Amino acid sequence: MEKNHNVSRRQFLTYALLGTGGFMAAGLIMPMVRFGVDPILQADAEEDMIDVAGVDELTDVPQAFDMEYEQDHGWHVEQVTETVWMFLDGEEVVALSPTCTHLGCTVSWGTDADNPEQFFCPCHFGRFERDGTNVPGTPPTEPLHRYDHDVRDGRVLLGNPSPQV
Amino acid sequence: MLQRIYDWIDDRIDVTPLWRDVADHEVPEHVNPGYHFSAFVYCFGGLTFFTVVIQILSGMFLTMYYVPDIVNAHASVEYLQTDVAFGMIVRGMHHWGASVVIVMVFLHTLRVFFTGSYKKPREINWVVGVLLFFIILGLGFTGYLLPWDMKAYFATQVGLEIAESVPVVGDLISNLLAGGEFIGAQTLTRFFAIHVFFLPGALLGLIAIHFIMIRKQGISGPL
Ligand code: FES
Repeated sequence: MEKNHNVSRRQFLTYALLGTGGFMAAGLIMPMVRFGVDPILQADAEEDMIDVAGVDELTDVPQAFDMEYEQDHGWHVEQVTETVWMFLDGEEVVALSPTCTHLGCTVSWGTDADNPEQFFCPCHFGRFERDGTNVPGTPPTEPLHRYDHDVRDGRVLLGNPSPQV
Repeated sequence: MLQRIYDWIDDRIDVTPLWRDVADHEVPEHVNPGYHFSAFVYCFGGLTFFTVVIQILSGMFLTMYYVPDIVNAHASVEYLQTDVAFGMIVRGMHHWGASVVIVMVFLHTLRVFFTGSYKKPREINWVVGVLLFFIILGLGFTGYLLPWDMKAYFATQVGLEIAESVPVVGDLISNLLAGGEFIGAQTLTRFFAIHVFFLPGALLGLIAIHFIMIRKQGISGPL
């Protein structure tokens, strides 16, 4: 028998078995992992601007408006209605997201009896000024998000909310 | 009659040593509340396991009616709770049991801590125990969403925002959990799968390790 094996018969067998085993395990695991993470790898759908209200409906007091659009759930398209707080700041339209920047509950205008001129979040008593600035000393750490907007033929069209900072 | 059935089976596959190995072992005096009443603190681990068994059983039965779908989830929970015989009890077992497990795990952890039972050579068991604690919290979190009501939605929203606050990978973790950027149909099916398959699988595996280690190392000595 030849003596100068760099790889012994036993080692070769171990490598071969580990290699085949590893290949088979990867063949099992890989499709399942890719399957599981699919939703986060799918490209986001283009968002259209959505017609929400007429400019003449706005006042300088924030009011809740419904924003209706379709949301794609993979196998199900859902008609969602989202609340937007809108008001006029002089001539400028301001559209604020009702999602509290602390942990995501929903804020409303003037529901805190002690602070009628503020947005209030009931979850951990977060408060925001009229322009969305968070009140220091309450849990939220950044202002309410603002919707991109467009005014066309006297109608307000909204896009996505984005952070104010 | 039962004895004869037992003997018939035992003759063939010799089950006596199997169950004796599992069930027949000495319990030291210092953990027996019959001798010292204060030894009842040693029951918390067993009580945790007992409630976990209740959770698994009641959960299995709940899936006979529950549908993890955004249109029907809430209605199916309402139906099983109000229209199905004993629905209120079975769902109640699962609902209250969830809190009881967490309380029991906590008491069990306190007992292990204050009796110093985590010390050498039982450190690995402590680590496994902490993993079990996280898995149980995960079960609580994923189960919360399933009734698909307002409380469920906002609790999950808050949980996902907490995940998002993790530096760098926060968004990824939250999207992976939710199956997308918002809480929707994909979130519900994911949480359902995690709640009934992934986490219970991990839970059973770790519990087995936890118990085998107890048998190997025995209960730690008296204070
Ligand atoms: S979620 Fe609004 S204050 Fe915490």
